[in-house]
Amino acid sequence: MNFPTGAGTDHCKRMKLLPMELILGEVPWIVVLIILPLTGGMACFLFPTISKSLGLLTSLAVISCVWGLGWQLEEDGAQRYAIGGWGAPLGIDLYADGLSLVMVAVAALVGLGISVYSSSYFRRDKANHFWPLWLFLCGALNALFLSSDIFNLYVTLELLGLTAVALVALADGSEALTSAMRYLLINLMGSLFYLLGVAFLYHSFGSLDIAILAQRVEPSPAVWAAVGLISAGLLLKTALFPMHFWLPAAHASAPAPVSALLSALVVKASFYILLRMWLEIFPIVGISFAQLLGLLGSAAVLWGGIQALRQTRLKLLVAYSTVSQLGYLFLAFPLGMSIAWKGALYMLLSHAVAKAAMFMAAGNILAAGGHDRIADLSSITQRLPLTLTAFSLAGISIMGLPPSGGFIAKWLLLEASIQSGQWWWGAILLLGGLLAAAYVFRVVSHVFTQAEATHEAREVPARMEWTALVLALVVIFLGVFASWPLAMMEIGSPFGGGS
Amino acid sequence: MNWNTALPLMVLGSSLLPGLMIFFLSEEHVVARTSLNLASAILKIVLIGGMFWGMLHGHHYESRLALLPGLDLVLRAGPLSMLFVLLSAGLWLVTTVYAIGYLEESPYRSRFFGFFSLCVTATVGIALAGNLMTFLVFYELLTLCTYPLIVHRGTEVARKAGRTYLIYTIFGGALLLLSSVWLYTLAGTLEFTDRGFLSGLDTSLHPTLILIFALLIAGLGVKAALFPLHGWLPLAMVAPAPVSALLHAVAVVKAGAFGIVRVVYDVYGIEFATDLGLTLPLAILASATIIYGSLRALFQDELKRRLAFSTVSQVSYIVLGIAVAGPVATIGGLIHLVHQGVQKITLFFCAGNLAETLGIHKISEMNGVAWRMPWTMAAFTIGAFGMIGAPPLAGFFSKWYLARGALDAEQDWVILILAGSSILNAAYFLPILYIAWFKKPPDSWPAERSFGRNETSWALLIPTVVTAMMTLALGLLASAPFSLLEWASQIVNRGFAQ
Amino acid sequence: MSYVYLYALLGVGLFVLGLNALIVHAHLMRKILAVNVMSTGVFLVLVALSSRNEGILPDPVPHAMVITGIVVSVSATALALILMLKLNRATGKNELPDRSRD
Repeated sequence: MNFPTGAGTDHCKRMKLLPMELILGEVPWIVVLIILPLTGGMACFLFPTISKSLGLLTSLAVISCVWGLGWQLEEDGAQRYAIGGWGAPLGIDLYADGLSLVMVAVAALVGLGISVYSSSYFRRDKANHFWPLWLFLCGALNALFLSSDIFNLYVTLELLGLTAVALVALADGSEALTSAMRYLLINLMGSLFYLLGVAFLYHSFGSLDIAILAQRVEPSPAVWAAVGLISAGLLLKTALFPMHFWLPAAHASAPAPVSALLSALVVKASFYILLRMWLEIFPIVGISFAQLLGLLGSAAVLWGGIQALRQTRLKLLVAYSTVSQLGYLFLAFPLGMSIAWKGALYMLLSHAVAKAAMFMAAGNILAAGGHDRIADLSSITQRLPLTLTAFSLAGISIMGLPPSGGFIAKWLLLEASIQSGQWWWGAILLLGGLLAAAYVFRVVSHVFTQAEATHEAREVPARMEWTALVLALVVIFLGVFASWPLAMMEIGSPFGGGS
Repeated sequence: MNWNTALPLMVLGSSLLPGLMIFFLSEEHVVARTSLNLASAILKIVLIGGMFWGMLHGHHYESRLALLPGLDLVLRAGPLSMLFVLLSAGLWLVTTVYAIGYLEESPYRSRFFGFFSLCVTATVGIALAGNLMTFLVFYELLTLCTYPLIVHRGTEVARKAGRTYLIYTIFGGALLLLSSVWLYTLAGTLEFTDRGFLSGLDTSLHPTLILIFALLIAGLGVKAALFPLHGWLPLAMVAPAPVSALLHAVAVVKAGAFGIVRVVYDVYGIEFATDLGLTLPLAILASATIIYGSLRALFQDELKRRLAFSTVSQVSYIVLGIAVAGPVATIGGLIHLVHQGVQKITLFFCAGNLAETLGIHKISEMNGVAWRMPWTMAAFTIGAFGMIGAPPLAGFFSKWYLARGALDAEQDWVILILAGSSILNAAYFLPILYIAWFKKPPDSWPAERSFGRNETSWALLIPTVVTAMMTLALGLLASAPFSLLEWASQIVNRGFAQ
Repeated sequence: MSYVYLYALLGVGLFVLGLNALIVHAHLMRKILAVNVMSTGVFLVLVALSSRNEGILPDPVPHAMVITGIVVSVSATALALILMLKLNRATGKNELPDRSRD
């Protein structure tokens, strides 16, 4: 028994490593990512007494599943999974590439932040309602990002919309109920537009699978109608100017963590579908439509920025900032190059994280001072240095200044706009940045006043302050370690080849 | 990761990490905060010294982090960056000592010193930046870190000054971003190289390059306070004295001037810039700023405002030296980068001493103040004479090289500008000296604080005297080996094809 | 064949009618009904278009889609009704308050 010791340990190491890699490689993470939050939501519903721990646990588990999926994609490239083994023409396929991975990852990351924040935010009675709804929403998001079936996308979109509406209605008072009602009607209208478009597409090409449609699609009046209907529905849900009218009220009147998840994730879901369709099915519709989207996006950037400047309440300011930032995403359509898509996706990613942090910070301010009037912020802000730091750091990304994810996104979009000779979109980017600086500093400047505290502020749980800060730090890191997320987007080259 | 790649990062981290730690210290931890501040300032100088020594021995220091496809964040030590790094690190140490004394007992000190450290981090980043994007990142970071310092006092005036500062700098930053991206799409690189990286581009692009140059100068000119983009600087005077000192001598205006040097030398290349006909308009712009700043300074009664307009004027000497586009004039510009810093910081320290000790803010209140505060006013006198350009002080050499360089480059009109501005310098500094030394002191000062036998607290006086001595030394030792002058000559040699 | 398109057009017509009602009417009950009319229109389009060629058995996939769609629509209607009741309890009205357009 005299094995060379070196070889022996080497062998052991491989034995240890093997099952680990096996698990990572074999588990269908793509399915687990959908089942897990749905099961978690069900469990929260059945066992309300432990719903907080269940919710936190599920969020943590989702993050590790995303990591598993990322590992799989890294190893094997884009993945397709046929549910129940039925396969695309008849059954429903799941599909994951770099684009879906980024979306799932940002949902998981922001989702964890929202779970941690909410675990301190909600009182018992509200928490019982919050956790199941939130986890269902989480599951709907993941299913949406991983579906390659346009009808399945409709179902996930509806599940997402209904849970989101219910979450908005969690806040007390008629204002929240009104917003929720309005939000619900808008949502249903958007979904039905989308569904009618799906019906036309299916009738014309006999498939619901995006990849199959991409091969079969050819110009016809029915396709034009479908593109119009689908885009109208999705743009309404994404709140692109001038269909943004519902967003500020809905996002501002919801409870803080719900505002965060609406602005950070929910509006992005419908944008994702639009992007996916655009990349795969819509290229045939020509460039005039792309120019229109770019134009509306520019109007959104400017209008949202100006409205944000005019608001007297912090949460409305942040909500209008979302309108403005969503506009940036549409500037990629007329540019249509790989770096433009990457820039838009990076914008989406950074905005999601930054806006979640901002809404959480606004929630902390509201919790501490009982109001969010911008003119009277001075007396509150000085007590909440961490919260205000979070707000400011997130603001850096919203303004698009370095070092932050927003800066990287802006750089890429600007590069695309100059490279393609369409400099006017770049001008919109810069103008939007100036407007953003104006409204962010309108809030931040209150930190530096000498106003004395007028009344006793309520205590804000440290966990809520730290969650906002950590998310804000993440967005700063996105500006320093950008090469990794950018490489992640490349998997399966969703934006076509080249750079 | 070895020393050669780690050292630039450590130089950056030596103020970044302490800065972040200081934010979390509560107000009462005076000892911890003070020692952290001083230790990090000294550590930074030691690290930079090590880097300098290594550079002389042929080491190449560079840290890289991939950011975008084809674009990295690069920190690299070169002769030009070392010049600026040493200046900022050295003056940061003195300013830290000064600020500790100046802000004794005032509120929000942790916040102040936190941002103070971040400011220097950004400046060091600007100095070490190895490409235009890295420069831009730190340039914008500097904007963000100086804002809290300018509005530190929280008064309505301070907030208004902060707002003006932001409007100017954010706008300038946007121009800089636009021009950087544009250059990148044209050239495919942004790496700073001796003699630039643009001269190989197709001639049909030259009009575009001229436009981009104008955008770059406008973006950088905001911080360098080039006329007519200087409006924020006099307003920013409301900040506490150490901040003014930092803004005027080390960080903000210097970042702008340094950026212009970088653009002319390492982006366009001095010869290519001259070929494009860019240097003459730049020289004229700089000259206009020099004269304008001096004229405005003449009519200010508030001491800090007069100094501020003096800065507007003096910083443009650096730009002028570059724009005259001869080797000798460039040496003049580069040494003035250091000379102006040391002299102006002395003057601002003195202004701070007068305000803190006697409550003097206006020149008309300075009658005979030299007899109450002889050390401070002696330092002020040295600084003022340096600014005027009297031999053998530092400022004399700046002007001497600028003038000789202008003659070499056959741009004789520059001599007129130099002579005119020197007369104006004298016209706004000498009356202050006269009032301070030769007028009869009043019976009481506006708001006097007693410091026993000393004229003011040690923490305020020592930095003032030290920087005044530096002004003397830079002049007296100008021709010694390893002097600033020799160093600048070496930098210049790399930029000009011989 | 033409019948198929007649039904499909009828579906589109229902959709448009519902959309009109959703925008025009203020009463929430009417709005909710309007949404239901809209979805019925879409379902009709789906079912009608499923029999593309006469004689051949209709495509089952749209039927599955309609069934799923009805389930979704029922849940959405339930949520809408409960919200309407709560709103009625909170404000005493069955309408959304008028809001100045931004």
